[in-house]
Order: sequence, then structure tokens, then C-alpha cells
Amino acid sequence: MNWLLVLLGGAVGAPLRYLTDRAVQARHDSVFPWGTFTVNAVGSLVLGALTGALLAGGASSRVGLLLGTGVCGALTTYSTFSYETLRLAERGRWLPAAANVAASVLVGLGAAALGWRVARLLVAG
Amino acid sequence: MTRPVPGAEAIDPDVDLHVPAQAAEPQAPVLAAVAAGGALGAAARYGLALLWPAGAGAFPWATFWTNAAGCALIGVLMVLVGEGGRTAHPLVRPFLGVGVLGGFTTFSTYAVDVVRLLDEGRGGLALGYAGATVAAALAAVTAAARLTRGAVRGRVRAGVRPRAGGPGRGRGR
Repeated sequence: MNWLLVLLGGAVGAPLRYLTDRAVQARHDSVFPWGTFTVNAVGSLVLGALTGALLAGGASSRVGLLLGTGVCGALTTYSTFSYETLRLAERGRWLPAAANVAASVLVGLGAAALGWRVARLLVAG
Repeated sequence: MTRPVPGAEAIDPDVDLHVPAQAAEPQAPVLAAVAAGGALGAAARYGLALLWPAGAGAFPWATFWTNAAGCALIGVLMVLVGEGGRTAHPLVRPFLGVGVLGGFTTFSTYAVDVVRLLDEGRGGLALGYAGATVAAALAAVTAAARLTRGAVRGRVRAGVRPRAGGPGRGRGR
């Protein structure tokens, strides 16, 4: 059952990343990888909230496996982020490459912390 | 509005609308390949986390190695299917790159683990983990891509396949 939840979540999260990436790029022509940045920030916010809720007893471990390990895990990606950064650097676009690393990490961590705090307040309160 | 540019090479390995073939790729088979790959990648990551659980206040080694390995593998894959004019079956990148490797690696678990370590009062460890993952990911993708380019050029020189075009940089090893 646990494996099934993770498989199902992964089968939803990865296509959601692909579709979001296309939608963001279709609206915004840029060398900066806004699509991947967006999914990583949103996924970190949701997983932060889910983890905060789990720790405060406001969510079940099955929901955690489906939405957290499965959907959020597959929606967000480190491999895409790292390859984009490499390509930008190799093309001499050092500023977007450095900005991608700094912004992804800072916004991702900030989003996870925000989701975590808000969920704990809501569940506890 | 992003317009396809003839001859463009992808920066975003998931999908880059500057690449004409990716802008026009048929959505149904691609989404099916991405979903199948994503399920497998997520399950592999879950399996590693079960084998190598991170205790409270401990360095999340399973996620660290998952992300480092996935970054090395995307470096190999994208050189083989997306660079120097080389092409592969149109579902290889969606299945292996977007699906399996994208589903295997995770940014959200990385971010939440840093926050969890901070919450547990392990500020130094949180900072170390945050920095070490970024460094390992970038080193892994860079080394893997260079080694793969070097290996591909070696095969071309040996006459195994015709030159695919695109000057490389460095000899890879």
C-alpha cells in the first residue's frame, strides 16, 4: 500500500512539473529557468506545510507518502536544476547561473520554512 | 511567449520551448512516459530512504546521495540525447530525464530537511547539508557531462560514428 501511494504520487508529480514548466515558458521567454524555479519553490512550500501538519498530528502518514514523498518529491527536482545551471555557466551566462543557484536555494528554503510554520500554527491553533 | 529557435540546444532538460522538436512534441505519449518514469524514480528514492533512514538531528545521507547520483546521471543522459546534434528516440528524454531522474531527485525534501534540522537546533548541520548538497550536485553534473563528452568524442575519433557537430570543450579526462 505504501509503495502504491509513492508510485501514484510520482506518476502525478512528474507530469505536473513538465506541464508547469511548459506553461511558464509559454508565457515568459527567458534564458532564466523560471519553470523549474517555480515548481521547486511551490513543491517546497507544500512539502513544508505537509511536514508541519504531520508533526503537529494534523495529517496521516499515508497522506505524507502520497502527497509528500510521491507528488512533491517528483514535482521538484535537483537533476533539472543542476543541469540548467551547468548549461548557463557553459554558455558564459554566469550571472543567471549564480542567480539560479542562490534564488532556488533561498526561495526553496524560505518557502519550506513558511509552509512549516503556517501549518503548525493552523493545526495547533 | 517563447518561440522555437532552429538549432537551439536545451538549457532546461525537462522541456525547453526554444528547441523546435520539444515545443512541438506530442503531449499524450510524452505525459505517459513522464508519469511512468516519475513513478519509478519516486519509488527508487523511497526505497533508498527506507534502507537508509535519517534519524532526528542526523545528516540526511539517503537524500544527499539520491540527489548527487541523479545529477550525475542527468549529465550523462543529456550529453547522449541532447547535445552536439545527437538525437535519441523522442520518448527517451521524457521517460529517463523528466520522469525517472526528475522523480528520483527532489528539491522539496532537501529544503524541508534543512528546515527540520534548524527546528531541531542543528544550525551548523543544516547549513553544512544545504551547502554540501548544492556543491555535490553541481560537481556531479559537471564531471559527468565532461566525462561523457570526452567518451563520445573518443568514439567519434575511433570512427565508430560520424561526427555529430558542435565543438566541445576540454577532453573530459
